[in-house]
Amino acid sequence: MAQPPLSAADMESSLHIWLETEFTYFKVEQLAAELEPLARDEQDFILGWIRRIASTHITLAWQFGRRAPALLPRLERRLLEAWAVHACDVYDRTGLQTALRVMEQVDSFDVAQHRNDAAGALFDEIAPVLGNFVCGLSGRRLRIEEGDAAWTDGERIVLPPLIAALPDRDDNFQLAKATVALLWAQTRFGTLRIDHEGVAAHYADPERALARLYALETLRLTARIARELPGLHRQMQRLRAQLDPELPPGWRRFETALAADHATQDDSLALLGAAYAEAECPQWSDQGSLRPEAIAAARAARLDKEKARLRIRLAELLEEHQAAQTGPHPAPATPPALDAEPRDENGRLDFEITLDGAPLAPPDDVKQLLTSVYLDFGGIPPEYLIPAGDGEYDPKRVFDQPEDPDAVWHGTYHEKGAELYPEWDHGRQHYRKNWCVMREKTVTPAHDSFHRDTLAKYAGVVKHLRRKFEALRDENRIEKRQIQGDEIDLDALIEALADAKDGREMSDRLFVRLHRAERNIAVAFLVDMSGSTKGWINEAEREALILLCEALELLGDRYAIYGFSGTTRKRCELFRIKTFDEAYGDEVKARISGIRPQEYTRMGFALRHMSKLLNRVEARTRVLVTLSDGRPDDYFDVYRGQYGIEDTRMALLEATRTGIHPFCITLDRDARDYLPHMYGAARYIILDDVRQLPVKVTDIYRRITT
Amino acid sequence: MAARTLDPTHRLIEKEPYYEAVGDEIRLFEAAYRQQIPVLLKGPTGCGKTRFMEHMAWRLRRPLITVSCHDDLTASDLVGRYLVKGGETVWVDGPLTRAVRAGGICYLDEIVEARKDTMVVIHPLADDRRTLPMEKLGQIVEAPAEFCLAISYNPGYQSVLKDLKQSTRQRFVALEFDYPSAALERRIVAAESGVAEAVADNLVRFAQMTRNLKGSGLEEGASTRLLVHAGKLIADGISPVTACKSAVAQAVTDDADMLKAIQELSSSIF
Repeated sequence: MAQPPLSAADMESSLHIWLETEFTYFKVEQLAAELEPLARDEQDFILGWIRRIASTHITLAWQFGRRAPALLPRLERRLLEAWAVHACDVYDRTGLQTALRVMEQVDSFDVAQHRNDAAGALFDEIAPVLGNFVCGLSGRRLRIEEGDAAWTDGERIVLPPLIAALPDRDDNFQLAKATVALLWAQTRFGTLRIDHEGVAAHYADPERALARLYALETLRLTARIARELPGLHRQMQRLRAQLDPELPPGWRRFETALAADHATQDDSLALLGAAYAEAECPQWSDQGSLRPEAIAAARAARLDKEKARLRIRLAELLEEHQAAQTGPHPAPATPPALDAEPRDENGRLDFEITLDGAPLAPPDDVKQLLTSVYLDFGGIPPEYLIPAGDGEYDPKRVFDQPEDPDAVWHGTYHEKGAELYPEWDHGRQHYRKNWCVMREKTVTPAHDSFHRDTLAKYAGVVKHLRRKFEALRDENRIEKRQIQGDEIDLDALIEALADAKDGREMSDRLFVRLHRAERNIAVAFLVDMSGSTKGWINEAEREALILLCEALELLGDRYAIYGFSGTTRKRCELFRIKTFDEAYGDEVKARISGIRPQEYTRMGFALRHMSKLLNRVEARTRVLVTLSDGRPDDYFDVYRGQYGIEDTRMALLEATRTGIHPFCITLDRDARDYLPHMYGAARYIILDDVRQLPVKVTDIYRRITT
Repeated sequence: MAARTLDPTHRLIEKEPYYEAVGDEIRLFEAAYRQQIPVLLKGPTGCGKTRFMEHMAWRLRRPLITVSCHDDLTASDLVGRYLVKGGETVWVDGPLTRAVRAGGICYLDEIVEARKDTMVVIHPLADDRRTLPMEKLGQIVEAPAEFCLAISYNPGYQSVLKDLKQSTRQRFVALEFDYPSAALERRIVAAESGVAEAVADNLVRFAQMTRNLKGSGLEEGASTRLLVHAGKLIADGISPVTACKSAVAQAVTDDADMLKAIQELSSSIF
């Protein structure tokens, strides 16, 4: 049974609280009156979103509330939701002004134009599929990004948030796919090699010339797709028949000319004069738009860098090749003749490199570079094939360098070289995209006697731990009375024979078998390095880590140790103490000793990053152990309180979903109330006494991994 | 029709197994066989390693004993063990021992999957001693000149745990296999599945697209074997898009987005 609608008075009181009318003076009475006649589920939908957006920004929520009741009858809820989330994302990225503009754009929503939106293809839904789709097609790897319209610059394909020209959802997807394929073909078959601006400058009306050139190229690429991807071409023809007018009669001859097997962009250019004279210019709904300045900018940034990269890689390749040849070779008097022969056949682009006539197998990255250069020039210019000389290029400028995490802070805030992680906003019930700016740093090692002192202090414990862990390690055992096995179980056989003589049934469990339960565990320890750990806790943590490492070395489990801390979402830091690949040596010991309290406890990003690292390690069981002193918290930020708890909870849930077993050890004695909720997905333990930590942690680890 | 039961050590392959040589692997294998050097076949799954072995067994007229290694395969599974028969213990040879005694070709498929101790058993067989020590019997079996050991290994798994030890790999002559060139693969798909050249051509083009996806979401692209499967389905009247979906897309991934993307690729071609 449907619930009765809420009265205006009921809603007003909630709206007063969510929109903080005490300070903001928003006229919620009017809004409540507008909502009153709606059905209960419609009311709940709008109120729910007002509450969720209000947790991001109250003005945005107010603007949403003012518009939503009028939009509800003509927009599907899926789209209203997408609109609300989009506005919040824009707010996260660029602030209130642009977000309000997104809100306002909805007013100019022309229903007639958007009658198919309900069946539209949303970018977020199609991008993963089309991203893989375009990756499967040959040529340069193109990224798919969201933008205002459909266009490409040769490195990425930009699609609008919604493609909704047709009443059927599948058709809209097919339209998006056709658009992506045409944009891909521009890169693959030479359209982007045209100097668009230069060509257009020869005409009295450059805009007119560009539009006609684009139409000619679309004709040529469509014919190309008909040969390369006939299935897709059939779909394109079907959709064009529905959406686009017939080709103007004057354009038929161009279509025939450009459908030839060998037609290139030069043929389009040759026809441009005639097409310019044509009064009409065809347009197709799948063709996207042309952005000559973006193409030129991407190309300019790419050319020199790729030339340098290719020449450096060729020099390395040559060096490897020469090193592989047996015997010392005298340096050749003439430089070696490298040649790259592109094979562009059957929809596949491949390269054969020859060195003085002998073939050389190029690695994948060299092939990628060659592909990219080939697409820019339609061939490999000879100067690209001269291996770089010593010191000719500065590799630091040519290859992307990992940013020095400290140097970033000397300049203005920027996110270059950092990894971005989403964060769960429980108020919005949605992720904040690319919210946390995370960098890995290494702990400054402290070469002191901490390791030795700890071992001396806990000498008894260490001996005890060793014994316990050694017992764990020895898991190979002989299983008796098996149906199959390497050897015969003599005891069982004698018994069985006696049974047989006695007239009873003889057992078939007559073998012994070596059971080898290989421990196949990877574990990551995440240690709280926030300022609140200063003093006792920090010392206990470090001691615990030393004892743990000693024990883990016995077991042979793969393990990594990272510390986390941060100030605001812009500066989330993970401190490397020991990576999975590093050995437990003096350097690691010194780093453990060098762990110092830093700033705040933002946990979500750390859990997400560690899950990612852990999932890269091959192991049957993956365990993530966190060690913290209390509830998540951050500097002057909403992270304190419920928000941080929910984000941490969500990050733990995400980890569990990927098959990781999280386990949390906490020292927060006062706050047992929030722990079961926050650690919902994880098992946890509360230690009352900091001094127990070193002894307990190892013991806990032993228990959770057996 | 009832299935036939055959003893692999006496079974010779009568009909020539279809195999298209990619390079000079047949000559290399024959030379290694004559020189009594064991052979290691490297290459991705479904590119024709097992078929090549069958072809070579036919060519050299030797029985082929194939062991598919799994992670529970022990040395006694290969060499042999005592079994109980009628109140007595009886020694039963394992497949490797039988191959040695019969002078056949023993092919250990995906050797890295087996337990570590099995590697040690094959070491004396794989160098110039060419002997198989049988610890439990206190005997040594000397391999006749006709015996040949071949192992296969897929280096694409990229796992530290599943790598061949140097001491093992340095005993073998290595033959590298990869997907055949487009023209050759087209011929193979057409010959094996019975589809027209044009369909085979599209299948190969489709495979190339899935191989482009390797590393960006797919562990492996579609193998030649999968193409042959798809071709057989098409030859049996299934529509190409459905055949590609069932025989290829579903076989290479479970990821929903990736599945859809692969289907979009195949529907673009056919």
